[in-house]
Amino acid sequence: MRGRPFISWLLLLFGALYFFVPLLGTLEFSLRYLRGRYSLVAYQIVLTDPRFLATLGYSTVLALATIVVGVVLVVPTAYWIQLRLPRLRPVVEFITLLPLVIPAIVFVFGYLRLYNSSSFLPLTGSERSTDLLLTCSYVTLALPYMYRAVDTGLRAIDVGTLTEAAQSLGAAWSTILLRVILPNVRVAVLSGAFLTFAIVIGEFTMASLLNRPAFGPYLQNIGANRAYEPAALAIISFAITWASIGLIQVLGRGSPGQAAPR
Amino acid sequence: MAFLEIANIQKRFAQTTAVEQVDLEVTRGEFVSFLGPSGCGKSTTLRIIAGFESPSAGVIRLDGVDITRRPPNQRHVGMVFQSYALFPNMTIAQNVGFGLKVAKKPAAEIARRVDEMLNLIKLPALGHRYPYQLSGGQQQRVALARALAIQPQVLLLDEPLSALDAKIRVSLRNEIRSIQRKLDITTIYVTHDQEEALSLSDRIAVMNEGRVEQVGTPFEIYNFPRTAFVAAFVGTLNILHGHVADPAQGKIVVDGQELMASRGLEHARMGDVCSVALRPEVVSLGEAAKDGNQMRGTVEDVNFLGSIVRIRLRLKDNVISLDTFNNPRLSLPERGQTLTVNFSPEAVLVLEAPSST
Repeated sequence: MRGRPFISWLLLLFGALYFFVPLLGTLEFSLRYLRGRYSLVAYQIVLTDPRFLATLGYSTVLALATIVVGVVLVVPTAYWIQLRLPRLRPVVEFITLLPLVIPAIVFVFGYLRLYNSSSFLPLTGSERSTDLLLTCSYVTLALPYMYRAVDTGLRAIDVGTLTEAAQSLGAAWSTILLRVILPNVRVAVLSGAFLTFAIVIGEFTMASLLNRPAFGPYLQNIGANRAYEPAALAIISFAITWASIGLIQVLGRGSPGQAAPR
Repeated sequence: MAFLEIANIQKRFAQTTAVEQVDLEVTRGEFVSFLGPSGCGKSTTLRIIAGFESPSAGVIRLDGVDITRRPPNQRHVGMVFQSYALFPNMTIAQNVGFGLKVAKKPAAEIARRVDEMLNLIKLPALGHRYPYQLSGGQQQRVALARALAIQPQVLLLDEPLSALDAKIRVSLRNEIRSIQRKLDITTIYVTHDQEEALSLSDRIAVMNEGRVEQVGTPFEIYNFPRTAFVAAFVGTLNILHGHVADPAQGKIVVDGQELMASRGLEHARMGDVCSVALRPEVVSLGEAAKDGNQMRGTVEDVNFLGSIVRIRLRLKDNVISLDTFNNPRLSLPERGQTLTVNFSPEAVLVLEAPSST
């Protein structure tokens, strides 16, 4: 019995080293831009590079659009599956898992074949319509995470009875979804949203092959041509991801009426 | 004229029939309970009235209007659920005012009505709290207030006290009845608890296997059950099986002993197999007075229950249970002892065969 805490601490230490040593190594390397001393020059170069802000801004806008489309698509679907079509759950779960199995490059070639400028729906014909196509492809990529997050949230509440209670009080479907169901799965939707955000910010394949100025291709481009800046960018990306996770915690904690029932 | 009319309602799911046939007319302001065991179709019938299930056949009319195919959010009926179903993301005041907000009532009217409802359920100071901060009993009172806030035409309660402990159940059921009387609202109450149904209702519809076995006042249901099921389900009951010896005189033979029934054999014929019911409290120890029934049997068991002693007396194939008040000055009968018990012919309830209802 006495040996167990020691083993637990040892495992924890091993895990921490496994995760943090590479991170610390990258951080340390990113600070060695100037020979013989540590500096933030690499960060300064990255942050003042107009392409950094442009690509990050572009990916952020697309990430937000992806989140909106994802929530609008997934929340009503998962709600309806839970409420009326529970037998279809395995089928829907299988479909939402497909983006994890099918490589992104296969999706892109499919899109290019279906929506090229000489097709019946030439979405790649202009920049705006390509952005739309890219957003849809991001929604597909994030589907496994968004669906699972929302589905878990819905399973935690009594969807059927809450729906019936709202109906008996005169609420229409839109009111039930927006004012009863959605607020009660807010934390789950936020989790899905931030996972989506993290995926979109770092995504390379689709943005690159659709030739859009996203953050992922920018990261790759810097990584292929510079020494210290990619390390700085990796640390910045890491900070953005952790900030997202922190936001989930903060917003989730502030959710009213979500404490465990007595 | 009936305010709520349930006419020939049936509900079939893929393989099973949940509601075989239900007909009931409820007058305005009446409190009617559906009483029956699990799976008898009482909740399904209530859900059909609420609009959550659509019937396979039959019609629901409310105040003369056919609402059978009307969606639940347009029926104007209030519903209280067993699991309270309060919206966790809203405060108590927001929960109570939800229906009014959906109906786009002015904010001042919503606030006034919410205060009125919170006062009605005696929780005026808890409007700012969230449901998880309230006890089960308080949450169910809020659910009641929320259902009443929209001034529904009918209030439906689906086993609202089942999740509560015994003491709160009794106090809350009294509160429900008092609020119902105060507002004079037509109420349908579903329960499997006979005590709840007997104490709350103007009338009770006893249900079994998707059918209404008997509809009557609590007094009628308890004292004059029409079927063996109703007799057995409502209260403790002795069911004695025998045959008709003389229908004109109301004479029945049970295990070779004769007894008289004051009514119920009008349509019987000599030799018919019949069942009679006797409440334990109408059976007394000792010889019968003139014109009374008496039966002899052997004491099979004696249960001391505090203020009451329950004695089981075996006749032959039948058993009679009787309750006597505990008297410390009298000794209890011994097992195996032969005893005589008596009861009046009026206390003998001749039961209809279930199929004849």
